[in-house]
Amino acid sequence: MLLIRCPYCEMDRPELEFRYGGEAHVARPVNPMAESDESWAEFLYMRTNPKGLHAERWRHTSGCGRFFNAIRHTVTDRFVVTYKAGEPRPEVKP
Amino acid sequence: MSDAALPAAGMLGGCTVRKADPAARFVLRGTAEVAAGASFGVALPSRLNRAEASDPRAALKLGPDEWLLIAADAAGDIPTAALQAQMEAALAALPHSLVDVSHRQMALLVEGPGAALTLNAAVPLDLSVEAFPVGMATRTIFEKAEIVLWRQGAEAFRIEVWRSFAPYVQALLAAVQAENEAAA
Ligand SMILES: [Zn+2]
Repeated sequence: MLLIRCPYCEMDRPELEFRYGGEAHVARPVNPMAESDESWAEFLYMRTNPKGLHAERWRHTSGCGRFFNAIRHTVTDRFVVTYKAGEPRPEVKP
Repeated sequence: MSDAALPAAGMLGGCTVRKADPAARFVLRGTAEVAAGASFGVALPSRLNRAEASDPRAALKLGPDEWLLIAADAAGDIPTAALQAQMEAALAALPHSLVDVSHRQMALLVEGPGAALTLNAAVPLDLSVEAFPVGMATRTIFEKAEIVLWRQGAEAFRIEVWRSFAPYVQALLAAVQAENEAAA
């Protein structure tokens, strides 16, 4: 079973306890009314979809309940690092 | 895994499953300051995934700002309203959320040398006493049901489960017990 380290529980926990939450560090525009249709659509729908390291949100739903961020390799499915929500994306090598 | 790591036939160990006494239950959300001033009757743990118990009261820290409070005072005399009023008075000056969930869930006690093995048929956590020590309590899953699992002793666990999921959990535990007994 895939184990994911929850940065709040500070434990490796089974994948079954978690839910995926999409790409991380996608900032909502401060003033949506000032956005053009194109830039709003860009924010809503367009994601980087990389082959390789991907920063993404996860929630420890059936655990401490917290959202956190993870850097996962989209080819190998390996979790390189997990970190608390609000922290900057760490520099990591694949 | 080598065969040596598996329990030999006859060493599976049995366990008993029974319903715990009725209890008052609350979910408290707030800061560490709220936890310190809760006036619940037992100190609220500051470490995540740990329980603090002094019979018949127990406090389980399930999230960074979330505690499950259990007051299993003598049956027939469950002090839900009085306890809630007492805690609300103590916390009046602090932003917090205190919700009575007494009727939402019930508890099952799984006890005996085979308790961890039986639970592990449905719980994906490492339940060895090194990884899940006595006094640890956490939300997790039991097959498709969400539960709170609290290790009260080396061979004693308490499952807090939502009432409508309880028959499912009980039936699965009974099936696993029967299989382990047949294998033993
Ligand atoms: Zn967690």
